[in-house]
Amino acid sequence: MSALVERGPASKLGSRWTNWRRGLYRFRQSWLSVIGLAIVVVLLVAAISGPWIGINTGSRFKPPSSAFPFGTNELGQDVFSLVIAGTRVSLLAGLAVVVVAAVVGTTVGAIAGYLGGWIDDALMRFTDLMLTLPSLILAMAIAAALGPGVPNMVFAISMSWWPGFARLVRGEVMAKKEEVYVQAARAIGAGTPRIIVRHILPNIVSPVIVKMSLDMGFAILTVASLGFVGIGVKPPTPEWGSLLSIARGYLPDYWWTAIFPGCAIFLAVFGFNLLGDGLRDVMDPRARR
Amino acid sequence: MLRYTLRRLILLVPVLVGLSLLVFTISNVLPGDPVKLAAGPQATQSEIDSLTRELGMDRSLPVRYWTYVSGLVRGDWGQSVLTRRPVWDDLKIYLPATLELVIAALALAVVVGIPAGLMSAVYANRWPDYLSRVVSLGAISMPRFFLGLILQLVFAMWLGWLPLGGRYPIIDEPPPKLTGFLTIDALASGDGTAFLVALQHLMLPAFAMSLSPLATITRMMRATTLEVLQQDYVLTERALGLSQRLIIFKYVLKNAMSASLTVIGLYVGWLLGGTVLVETVFDWPGVGLYATKAIVTQDFMPVMGVTLAIGTIFILANLVVDLLYGLLNPKVLYR
Repeated sequence: MSALVERGPASKLGSRWTNWRRGLYRFRQSWLSVIGLAIVVVLLVAAISGPWIGINTGSRFKPPSSAFPFGTNELGQDVFSLVIAGTRVSLLAGLAVVVVAAVVGTTVGAIAGYLGGWIDDALMRFTDLMLTLPSLILAMAIAAALGPGVPNMVFAISMSWWPGFARLVRGEVMAKKEEVYVQAARAIGAGTPRIIVRHILPNIVSPVIVKMSLDMGFAILTVASLGFVGIGVKPPTPEWGSLLSIARGYLPDYWWTAIFPGCAIFLAVFGFNLLGDGLRDVMDPRARR
Repeated sequence: MLRYTLRRLILLVPVLVGLSLLVFTISNVLPGDPVKLAAGPQATQSEIDSLTRELGMDRSLPVRYWTYVSGLVRGDWGQSVLTRRPVWDDLKIYLPATLELVIAALALAVVVGIPAGLMSAVYANRWPDYLSRVVSLGAISMPRFFLGLILQLVFAMWLGWLPLGGRYPIIDEPPPKLTGFLTIDALASGDGTAFLVALQHLMLPAFAMSLSPLATITRMMRATTLEVLQQDYVLTERALGLSQRLIIFKYVLKNAMSASLTVIGLYVGWLLGGTVLVETVFDWPGVGLYATKAIVTQDFMPVMGVTLAIGTIFILANLVVDLLYGLLNPKVLYR
């Protein structure tokens, strides 16, 4: 009978290790998430190695060949090296959008969820209203008013992105604030900021990270969309969306200048979506279907 | 039901007031000087000052908000600096074009997505399921503007089957305006060729728009159908010897659809705001293209107008979905 009693792991480290191994096992179960991870690794390698490759040049509008696998564009730049250089811009901008949105959204959501009452009502009505605004047009308007540049664009997109995080975090905080350990902290006399930061937030990290990874692909897509409409990143910064928008003018004869940056956007969004799905299954098994 | 509908309609008022306040605040917080823009680059300081008074920009923010909102109610949505026309008149032209595109895209997404999701669930873990799952995952990740470019490249440039862009050939007279939806107007006037021409222009952009909602509806429909198939009443129907077809189409479909309906409601707003990209690619004269041009030239009034219009339609669409939800699912109680 005693063998059936579940014994806790020998040490904290041991239990963490077991969790990791279980997570890895669940992740590997789905070949789609493994493909997603592979794509993301390739993108990371491209983003890191980009500056070493530089931007090669040759003659104008050469079709894909062994020297220029993706051909050359209207300036004679190698499309392959432009796409590689664009990886860094897209990944960094996408990550920045998701991080800023998560920080703003978590702050609003945690305050609303923990304090409740009229503060909660006011903040959440505001959040709901933000959700009714067309996010792309809002981001475009803010980015255009602030002027070109990656930081401005990141700020503009984040301003339309945070409400999703606020709603998620508010729900989680409301569930956690009644837990015994929060009551205990309150009983010893911990202040509200301390309870939220030290006791509640660490316990709601995993859904936030899952949402960040699920949003990463769409953040990259939004960055590329703004580039495509011509707001945000401006040439000569090699951004996938703006590369595509310039190449549009040279269709159908020089199709390679458009197809390869477009495929890069698709691949990045696809990879992060697959990875995000996989991470959700690992970190939040309840949401699994 | 009637009381519930009335209550929801009354609750719309504070939401719409909040929406207008938010749009007004954002456009006033953003940097950029609409007066200088309207006056033009060569304007002298005194010209700028007189225009400031004329546009009412010298008054306090609350007064300006009140002027703006009372104008909205009267149908005065401000002037566009770019087109030199009232925003309301511009919206009356561009909004039907966008709505036609969005409705066509949604119709396509529903007509293909609901059966695809249903099939996927009925044949769970067999090849139709794998096929629709991989395709829908890819479709969600596909940038609409890139898909649009590929469609243009293949069907308009290489094959020459469909027009490259626009809504109707510029040299031809469009069918007499009735609803603003060219396909419906053509049908109403009994002009078969005009209908075909309008439809040909609509096909590629609508397809490019529909892919992402199609994929979401398919995934949603698959998940809910799988859930419904587990229900006791389906087992009972099987035990009673009802045919598979009857069970699926009469009982499962209806129950699974009500959840997908909510997604469709959410998509209306998302699609309206997202038409920008497809309209840019296909040169479709809708609110997205209108807003983009206004944003690039910092023309504030049209941007506010478009944002308000889309936000309002989004809120209304969700209300309609909430009400429809009850018709499809009588278990929902209205309080």
